Amino acid sequence: MSTSSDSSGEGLTATLTDAVLSVEDLAVDFPSGDGPVHAVRGVSYELRSGEVLGIVGESGSGKSVSSMAVMGLLPKTAKVSGSIRFRGEELLGLSDKEMTSVRGKKIAMIFQDPMTSLNPVYKIGYQLAEAVLAHNDVSKQAARRRAVELLDLVNIPQPDRRVEQYPHEFSGGMRQRVVIAIAMANSPDVIIADEPTTALDVTVQAQVLESLRAAQQETGAAMVLITHDLGVVAGQADRVLVMYAGKPVEVGTVEDIYYNPRMPYTLGLLGSLPRLDRREQSRLTPIQGSPPSLVNLPPGCPFTPRCPLAADICQAREPDLDPVEVGLEGHRHLAACHFKGEVARHDPADLFARTAADAELPSSFGSDGLAPEHGPDRGDLYESEEHGTEDENP
Amino acid sequence: MSTYADPPAAAGGAAPEPADAGPGPHGEPILSVRHLVKEFPIRSRGLLPKTVGVVHAVSDVSFDLYRGETLGLVGESGCGKTTTSRAVLHLQPATSGEVVFEGADLTTLSKARMRGLRRDLQLVFQDPYASLNPRITVSEIIAEPLKIHGLYKDGGRGAVDELMQRVGLNPEHGNRFPHEFSGGQRQRIGIARALALRPKVLVLDEPVSALDVSIQAGVINLLEDLQDELGLAYLFVAHDLSVVRHIADRVAVMYLGKIVEVGRTDELFERPLHPYTQALISAIPIPDPRRERERERIFIQGDVPSPANPPSGCRFRTRCPKFLTLLEAEKAKCINEEPPLIARGLGDEHPAACHYAEEQQVL
Repeated sequence: MSTSSDSSGEGLTATLTDAVLSVEDLAVDFPSGDGPVHAVRGVSYELRSGEVLGIVGESGSGKSVSSMAVMGLLPKTAKVSGSIRFRGEELLGLSDKEMTSVRGKKIAMIFQDPMTSLNPVYKIGYQLAEAVLAHNDVSKQAARRRAVELLDLVNIPQPDRRVEQYPHEFSGGMRQRVVIAIAMANSPDVIIADEPTTALDVTVQAQVLESLRAAQQETGAAMVLITHDLGVVAGQADRVLVMYAGKPVEVGTVEDIYYNPRMPYTLGLLGSLPRLDRREQSRLTPIQGSPPSLVNLPPGCPFTPRCPLAADICQAREPDLDPVEVGLEGHRHLAACHFKGEVARHDPADLFARTAADAELPSSFGSDGLAPEHGPDRGDLYESEEHGTEDENP
Repeated sequence: MSTYADPPAAAGGAAPEPADAGPGPHGEPILSVRHLVKEFPIRSRGLLPKTVGVVHAVSDVSFDLYRGETLGLVGESGCGKTTTSRAVLHLQPATSGEVVFEGADLTTLSKARMRGLRRDLQLVFQDPYASLNPRITVSEIIAEPLKIHGLYKDGGRGAVDELMQRVGLNPEHGNRFPHEFSGGQRQRIGIARALALRPKVLVLDEPVSALDVSIQAGVINLLEDLQDELGLAYLFVAHDLSVVRHIADRVAVMYLGKIVEVGRTDELFERPLHPYTQALISAIPIPDPRRERERERIFIQGDVPSPANPPSGCRFRTRCPKFLTLLEAEKAKCINEEPPLIARGLGDEHPAACHYAEEQQVL
């Protein structure tokens, strides 16, 4: 199953020594009727203890799949290759039974939806104690005491009374805090949080993020925070990995990514965000086009059809994730773009059009599919309609 | 090319007012909501169900919507913002109160007269997957309102093509079905359908919250363009305050069925008066790491109380950080007396429903 290990010298191995989790060249394929879907196409990162790594990207970019692979939670049909090491120990290829001793104990996961990740027919205290008993040889009473402590750790008031209640008696934010408490139960070294606050209201999100932060600092765990919310990442993460079409396209400290993006996609994402902290800003800058299908990716950079800087070389060769410059403290800022030097000279508004046109026409329509602001005149329109119909059936 | 900018709309809204102090309340409102109340009965189970309680979803809400402006209606889930928008359109009849549109009170109109007025008031839904009929083509979806109102025979086909173009879709794709389009494109189809009858007011219920950010930006730009071109008034219901700050001229903040604060967008965000508004704004993460680390958050504890049994007096007092700092005598006022939504003499035209309203910068 695991194949590549000889190529481990390149890339992100600068400070391997204190890495708790290192993922190298991880790839995941799913079979489909049209051929394999390359959901993850080579993800490498390292996580040091106590560090928070944010993984951002839009739907379908592979951010969740790559983390499910780390937990060994993908369906059997998925083909996983590469290497996932926890403190030097290879996890990929372990049997389900062997993985069970890793899950929860060494790496724990927090899912998006607290409604479905708790069992509705068991009391909260039972579910917490279950997590404790799974990895520790302690008495039920001790597990019970630990359950109360854990609820207290995530700021749930009256924890000794609350352990007697069922999930439906908890609000959404409290349930998510229970899920966090379960993840913390065995003081894991790594926590993977997959969109932990997406289902919550903002004031509740603030409370839950605070609990998550407190719990993470208490246990000294490293965390992978997967989210599409660039605001959440800005406040929580130390380093950020930006995913596009199954691959990391930029990695760096939060400052690198937010103040000095070197990949046009990152720049475009930041430019398309409406900002709470600015007065009537000029128009937003959407990214034209839509992410490519991961079934038959053409060669070259997958962002090419949407990229305002695209040139011939972009279609010919997919750029590697290379350092843009050597930063301080050995944290390297990497970007996968042939023109990463040039990106630094632009801001989103002069690179991306401030358009209201359809920002996501399938790329097969080509540029003529983008309806111009005032449209072609009638003659053009009906003419093209005639030959349009036959070649456009999907 | 278009007959959309009809003379009446053009007079009020076509020329956006770049020079004056910003689009605020001016002229006659196109839509006035007064003391709107919407209650849902809670029925007991059994053979003879009887009413055992009432959910106060919307309790005495009043606001005005002016021509060509965007009023943002914000709040967290369960605050009554969607129920308000449905009651305004008379899709769910209000329990009491008035909704006055161009002199007519919609809550008292007959079905036949209401149907006529529906042309002027249209709705864009949140979920672009559930709001389009999967079994008919996009052209048919957009043509449907025209057919219902007997306007299709008269150049309907051309109108549909023009609508598709206007929302940034290729009219050649009109014979496709909704599943062939992505989320953002579907939302554009929903907008085209809402525009088909040339409405004056568009109620947008979370129109971009189902979309990825890079896609969302294009739809927001489209909505801004349409407003400028057609002089539409938007009632923009959303929970994402960043989007609302970008698009709205004025903002009303709801909590547990009531408007707690309303004001011009910049003023409300830069000088919020109500403790709930302050906490809400302060809770929203900003995509700027340095500012985000420096920010001081106002945490509010607990969860929203049940609207079936709201707290007496001020409904926010059970979670209010300000309430905790008050003296016992001052607290009594919050508990016993409901704070009216009035100007507090601190800002111009910026009413807040708090006895102890105090400006605080949270951004």
